[in-house]
Amino acid sequence: MAIHDLKHSDNVVEITGLKYRVGNKAIFDRLNVSIPRGKITAIMGPSGTGKTTLLRVMTGQVLADRGRVWVEGKNIARLSIDELYDLRKQMGFLFQNGALFTDNTVYENVAFPLREHTKLPENLIRHVVLMKLQAVGLRGAANLMPAELSGGMARRVALARAIALDPKIIFYDEPFTGLDPISMGVIVRLIRVLNDSLGLTSIIVSHDVEEVSSVSDHSYLISDGKVVAYGTPEELEHNKSAWVRQFMKGLADGPVPFHYPAPDYAGQLLGEEQA
Amino acid sequence: MRFLLREIYYIALDFLQGVGSICLFLFRLLRYTPTALLRWRIVWQQIYSVGAMSLVLIMVSGLFVGMVMALESYHVLVKFAATAALGTGVALSILRELGPVVTALLFAGRAGTALTSEIGLMRATEQLAGMEMMAVDPVRRIVVPRFIAGAVSVPLLTMIFCAIAILGGYYVGVDLMGVDQGAFWSQMRVNVDLVDDILKSVVIKSIVFGGAISLIAVYEGYYSLPTAEGVSRATTRTVVNSSLAVLALDYLLTALLFHGA
Amino acid sequence: MRQTRTIEISTGFFIILGFASLFFLATQTTNIQAYSGNSGYTVTASFTNVGGLKVRAPVTMAGVHVGQVTAIHLDPRTFSAIVSMQISQRYNQIPDDSSASILTSGLLGEQYIGLTPGGSEAFLKNGSRIQLTQSAIILENLIGQLLFNKASSGSK
Repeated sequence: MAIHDLKHSDNVVEITGLKYRVGNKAIFDRLNVSIPRGKITAIMGPSGTGKTTLLRVMTGQVLADRGRVWVEGKNIARLSIDELYDLRKQMGFLFQNGALFTDNTVYENVAFPLREHTKLPENLIRHVVLMKLQAVGLRGAANLMPAELSGGMARRVALARAIALDPKIIFYDEPFTGLDPISMGVIVRLIRVLNDSLGLTSIIVSHDVEEVSSVSDHSYLISDGKVVAYGTPEELEHNKSAWVRQFMKGLADGPVPFHYPAPDYAGQLLGEEQA
Repeated sequence: MRFLLREIYYIALDFLQGVGSICLFLFRLLRYTPTALLRWRIVWQQIYSVGAMSLVLIMVSGLFVGMVMALESYHVLVKFAATAALGTGVALSILRELGPVVTALLFAGRAGTALTSEIGLMRATEQLAGMEMMAVDPVRRIVVPRFIAGAVSVPLLTMIFCAIAILGGYYVGVDLMGVDQGAFWSQMRVNVDLVDDILKSVVIKSIVFGGAISLIAVYEGYYSLPTAEGVSRATTRTVVNSSLAVLALDYLLTALLFHGA
Repeated sequence: MRQTRTIEISTGFFIILGFASLFFLATQTTNIQAYSGNSGYTVTASFTNVGGLKVRAPVTMAGVHVGQVTAIHLDPRTFSAIVSMQISQRYNQIPDDSSASILTSGLLGEQYIGLTPGGSEAFLKNGSRIQLTQSAIILENLIGQLLFNKASSGSK
């Protein structure tokens, strides 16, 4: 598979042989993923394939049952809690719902990581916060409360907060879900601009094929705990696999059947043995 | 019968597990307490939202409890021509039992539930996870300051409650019922002991109650299921468990402090 | 910022109010003077029976509270009760031939010590011993005596 070509390149995240199960359900089964530095890499797959869990594995929120997870050359599983927190200062994480602190203003939300991790004087904090808000175009909303923001604005504020400490890696968990087309366009543009201007490595988890294709450099397609396909959006577009075609084109029926596994329809209707 | 025994066995097991995990949580909180105290501003603001916001409730309740105690005691004492003992009666019942216990129960309902739902909602809206991703330990940043604030606020509220209750008793007894003012205070002063009734009862009991309620409230919030239903159940559990804990601890403390050894 | 300031001031007010309440409770409602040390002098008296007298019971003179009982113990030789009481320094001119009796306030009230002044020129001082004492009246003994007298007078 294509992953091996990347072995020698400079990878920010390197996952080999990842196994993870919840109860009896295997979420990942010998999964291999590499995230190249400075690029936007997308992880796509149908709902419920553990894409978000994969992000949590990369950030050390969830520990793998088996397999190695290297982030910035460090084995996540071996880190102490303090070392993990040090590593996380180099990470930004955009939650699906923003996860803004509801009791604080937009300004205080963005200032939070600065106040926690730096001893900057108040006027410098102010400069940094306004700069980050300017970057997402919401400097004017600094004094609003999160409840007064639209979904797209909340996500942009969360983005400003995620980049407050100038991270090296930024994780986006379903950044396009539930947004109107304009907000979606804004986020797509922000992801690209921030990645290139700040020299970030971006990792996007999403199932919005169109937006992801427009912004990502590479994409992984994951299903049933395995990598099904990997490549540039162009390559995936022309992938021969029926499954990839179904996913990329959004077809209702294909290798992933329309029907949930069920006993024979006629037999169940006639049999009446159960509801 | 067998079924019942097995059920009891599982309930007992659950109870032990709960006690164990809440104790571990307490150790974790206590370990971070010294560093949390260094950032006194956060604690200070929490004392406001936990303690100062409960002040009016506590003061009004204290006033009424003191007044009703005086009224009830007066009508009993007047039969024995012993109304001079009214001050003693009111003060002892307030200081030994009603003050610490009623304050603790009111606090559990007013501030304990607020703590649980606040932390639970932060869990449900991924604010705690977000904090962890910003390399900030939510236990240290969110839970510990609230725990300290609760544990500090209850003793303060208890003292205010007791003082107001005694003044309320004074108002009803002396101003309304005409008990002799000198007798009211002097009898009280003879019979209320500084160590037994203030230090051991009001101070020690209220510190223990405050710690217990705050611990239960932040624990239930922190470990609530991240859904609306989970948070509301956790809030209910806070009221039920902390009220039971207060009443049980009250018995234990009374037995240990006054009738033990 | 202005809001934070209000919050912080209110918190300060709350904490001060709490400690003020503690101060009020400790000084106005309790026997704190009993703990404040050398505020008086100690005298002793021996009684054949103290009845229900307790430590911290008041000591009065003409109905005025002048001190309190600090200790009660048994003299192992005479088998009488030795009561130590602390008298407030303000009342340092009590004649040393005053008498002490154990009295009861009301029918069901607590027992206390009442001092009756004598006529001596010398005053009680720290370590003095009150010579004249009257023990507690034990209700049971009184009733028993009454019945016994009745019985003996009836048999005559």
